[in-house]
Amino acid sequence: MFDFFKTLFKPTPPSGATAKERLRLVLLSDHLSLAPDVIESLKRDLLEVISRYVEIDSNHADVTFEHREREVAMLASIPITGVRERVRPSELEAASTQSGDNDSAAAGAETLALDPPPVAEAEPSAETPAKTPAPVPVRASNAARPRRRRRKKAPVAPQPGAAPAQSAQA
Amino acid sequence: MMRAIETSIAAPDGVPEPGPQSVTARGRAIVITSGKGGVGKTTTTANVGAALAALGKRVVLVDADVGLRNLDIVLGLESRVKYHLLDVLEEKVTLDEALVRDKRSETLYLLAAAQTREKEDVVTAQMKALVEQLRDRFDFVLIDCPAGIEMGFKNAVAGAQHAIVVCTPEVSAVRDADRVVGLLPSDWRPELIVNRLRPQLVKKGKMLSVDDVNGILRLPLLGVIADEPGVIVASNRGEPLALDPASETGAAYRAIAAKLCGQNVPAPTVNVPSGGFFSKLGSIFGGRA
Repeated sequence: MFDFFKTLFKPTPPSGATAKERLRLVLLSDHLSLAPDVIESLKRDLLEVISRYVEIDSNHADVTFEHREREVAMLASIPITGVRERVRPSELEAASTQSGDNDSAAAGAETLALDPPPVAEAEPSAETPAKTPAPVPVRASNAARPRRRRRKKAPVAPQPGAAPAQSAQA
Repeated sequence: MMRAIETSIAAPDGVPEPGPQSVTARGRAIVITSGKGGVGKTTTTANVGAALAALGKRVVLVDADVGLRNLDIVLGLESRVKYHLLDVLEEKVTLDEALVRDKRSETLYLLAAAQTREKEDVVTAQMKALVEQLRDRFDFVLIDCPAGIEMGFKNAVAGAQHAIVVCTPEVSAVRDADRVVGLLPSDWRPELIVNRLRPQLVKKGKMLSVDDVNGILRLPLLGVIADEPGVIVASNRGEPLALDPASETGAAYRAIAAKLCGQNVPAPTVNVPSGGFFSKLGSIFGGRA
């Protein structure tokens, strides 16, 4: 009953606003699909950052964009083959600034707003990379779904065919 | 016989003596494009061309929509067209034989598209050479681009140095305009005409505004044309609205032409019609239909 009144009195946005929002999303999606070089460079930087925390199979990594109802989402599927030595967040920060100094790829990552600190605070798991903020207009979403089921054993999460984790200290 | 008359009108140069304002450089070739079909490219080409000619400029309108010829209709010149673009490109007739002079203006010419041929029949290099040739003789070469982004589009753009993008306030039209802008040479700075705007709908929030459209496209705004019955009436008659001194839309086209000639023109606006009882009454009894 309440729902009925709610729908009755819910203000519907004028169709011009709907048009504007639809246009924004469709162009966002168009521009992403029309800029493969940008996507490639984003993917490269993303993998570079993630590989600081876990060993990954970059040959089978996949970064795609999905046009949804109200947003364009970035989906990253990155097979993890092993875990690096457990690093304290403080050490990580030091490491990231250091690598930012002498690693040109890391410098590129920073221009894409893939800031290392938020990653450092999270548990290194398969999902952390995708929570990293993506370039401004794109809303990064969770990593590809199949990976979520392995959440408990996330740090190891061997891919089919991937070598077993060697130095899992976690 | 008709052919002889046509030729004699156009001879020897096809164009009248250059006016004092146009003795200097070669003409400007501008492609009128949109991506999406049905947004008003042809109507825009005809009206901007007519308005430029009314300013004394030597203007040629090239219909590049091979297979779907329409520019002659909008100009009311369909009965005068004898030869077309491909006849010239394939050297079956001379340029002068194919150019059709407008009924109303001494300085407005049309080069019609072939109706029974295909866009792929046009050789891009030949099209480019033809536009170059036209630039020597006219102040403005306006090329009416076909819809789409395929061969026809590429041919229409080939000889041009500038583009006018026509876009209606619709999601699909803006998306296509955005795509087309991306396909134009990167050193161009295309200008935008927002066509078929309905100010009353914009006021009620039921239509994308000019700012909404150009917030996305971010092009220099050349003009805004309202969606009004006069445009349809004019096209029914084959008389460009730009030549009707009483028409507000005609004035908008004339402002666009003035701007293209480098004149300082106030920023385009479209007034919201009052829409009251008496104005409606007026449009019923006074409006030309």
